[in-house]
Amino acid sequence: MREIYYRQALSEALSEEMERDERVFLMGEDIGVYGGAYGVTRGLYEKFGEERVRDTAISEAAIAGAAAGAAMTGMRPVAEIMYIDFSTIATDQIINIAAKNRYMFGGKTTVPLVIRTEGGTGRGIAAHHSQSLEAWYVHIPGLYVVMPSTPYDAKGLLKSSIRNDNPVIFIEHKMLYGTKGLVPEEEYTVPLGVADVKREGGDITIIAYSKMVQVALSAADELTREGIECEVIDLRTLKPLDIETILESVKKTGKAIIVSEACKTGGVTGEVASQIMEMGFDYLDAPVIRVAGADVPIPMSPALEEVAIPQVSDIVEAVKEVIAR
Amino acid sequence: MKNREWIGYLETMLKIRCFEEKIFELLGRDLIKGASHVYAGEEAVAVGACAAIKEDDYIASTHRGHGHCLAKGGKLPEMMAELCGRATGYCKGRGGSMHIADVKSGNLGATGIVGSNIPVATGAGLSVKLRGTEQVVLCFFGDGASNTGVFHESLNMAGSWTLPVIYICENNLYGMSSAVKRVCSVEDIAVRGKAYNMPSEVVDGMDILKVKEAVGRAVLRAREGKGPTLIECKTYRYYGHSRSDPKVYRTKEEEAEWKKKDPIETFKKKIFEEGAMTEEEIKNLEEEVKRQVDSAAEYALNSPFPSPDTLTDDVYA
Repeated sequence: MREIYYRQALSEALSEEMERDERVFLMGEDIGVYGGAYGVTRGLYEKFGEERVRDTAISEAAIAGAAAGAAMTGMRPVAEIMYIDFSTIATDQIINIAAKNRYMFGGKTTVPLVIRTEGGTGRGIAAHHSQSLEAWYVHIPGLYVVMPSTPYDAKGLLKSSIRNDNPVIFIEHKMLYGTKGLVPEEEYTVPLGVADVKREGGDITIIAYSKMVQVALSAADELTREGIECEVIDLRTLKPLDIETILESVKKTGKAIIVSEACKTGGVTGEVASQIMEMGFDYLDAPVIRVAGADVPIPMSPALEEVAIPQVSDIVEAVKEVIAR
Repeated sequence: MKNREWIGYLETMLKIRCFEEKIFELLGRDLIKGASHVYAGEEAVAVGACAAIKEDDYIASTHRGHGHCLAKGGKLPEMMAELCGRATGYCKGRGGSMHIADVKSGNLGATGIVGSNIPVATGAGLSVKLRGTEQVVLCFFGDGASNTGVFHESLNMAGSWTLPVIYICENNLYGMSSAVKRVCSVEDIAVRGKAYNMPSEVVDGMDILKVKEAVGRAVLRAREGKGPTLIECKTYRYYGHSRSDPKVYRTKEEEAEWKKKDPIETFKKKIFEEGAMTEEEIKNLEEEVKRQVDSAAEYALNSPFPSPDTLTDDVYA
């Protein structure tokens, strides 16, 4: 198997799906000649032309709404919202139109669209380009929310998202585009709604998603040297949540921490913790702990940005705290 | 041929008027819950516009959407059942007045957020362009929606991509209570088309034939690949914004002035004068429509409510 970048894996998924299905097209800001702010669509404009790789004006609401309209009338749009922070402008169209039309209209329409966007910290680009807003979308019935952590998952999940008949919010991470991983040459997909055990271990379950999976794996490496074996679960899809895989692991370990770089209050970590408590209380030997971002707007200064989100040391500390109970 | 068409237009306008009167009655008797924004007074816009398109063309509707739904081929019983929240309604009772949609007839639905269907219609236009068909999209919206951000984003998008969308502004002079002249930077919303490089015009929205003619020109343009048009129809809603509206923001005199231009009465007069129908035939048609609306209401009120175990059906495909 070859090693490719997360960015390339996503690009391959788009390219393959566009070749497979002529209804698939891309629209977004600077995705054409420029190739996308993070280079994911690089080369696709040359390959598929300006009709299917459409540069749009800076009009996030119209991009999302037009994607919904195109999806309801026979197309399968993949719309790029450059930063998830900008999706705030498109929320009416995503939340009130794309997510609800099928239900509101009695199941008589489908809205098969993917909103590709990215989030997270790490580049010192401050409060309007670094947020983790996934919980907003997880809260909305009718949406899928997908957040891949590896090139393999990124490609397989994006292909599944494009083939799915529901609106999918596909959130990439800005600090993962340049990471490499093994990706098969041959066709494959990764199913939505299925978590992945990225590392097996019997002492504690660490549940994470997106870039925090990599941080959790580093913490697990460190902890293994101290004799603590962590099981790391990558949610991959936040909605629908694969609670079975989580419970199975918690049943084995009796302990769980949940890691995310999103603000702690009202986040996905709290939802996962609640579900473990509701469905797996008897398995637990210790309280479930959330290791999440500080409740602050993301600051620019590297000195502050770093402490705004969980670090390897925070996870190590939390694991030890739970183990000690 | 012309006669048959005209009779059809009159029948649809009568259906809308009669439907809305029945809705108002059922709301008063508390047989319909929730909000209903009725279309009475604006019939010539929906019927005139939809008369200019084909069955496989699309429309996108608004919170005041009953007229659009009927004009695009919606059936009275399913519409009435929807407003009454019954399982037999177009949306199985989940949408009600504000989300009435008959997707199969090309109606992309009604929305509760003012302006929010304008980008959806624009996307349907993009879909038409990409699929290479000759369909067009009629995008209905009100004067209030022309002040939202998505109106401007969408018209810019359609203008720059020459999409086959006809933007039809139903200017009924008030966004809820706020007069256009108090909250809008322009008197004629049509002038906003200039900013997006599309032809635009102001049309008498109380005259079905003028609406049809203007929309017809725009449809032709769109089918020829020449892009979008903005048409502003000056019209008036007879009822308030919703049931709870005391209409303190407008005068009885103004209402009376507009009712003199009633789209149905003026068209009836024209039909009679041109000899397309006798007075008796018109009267018979009115009675027939009333019977149909009564029977639709009976069907709706005798239909079952959705079963509670269907609550989570269709959240996902």
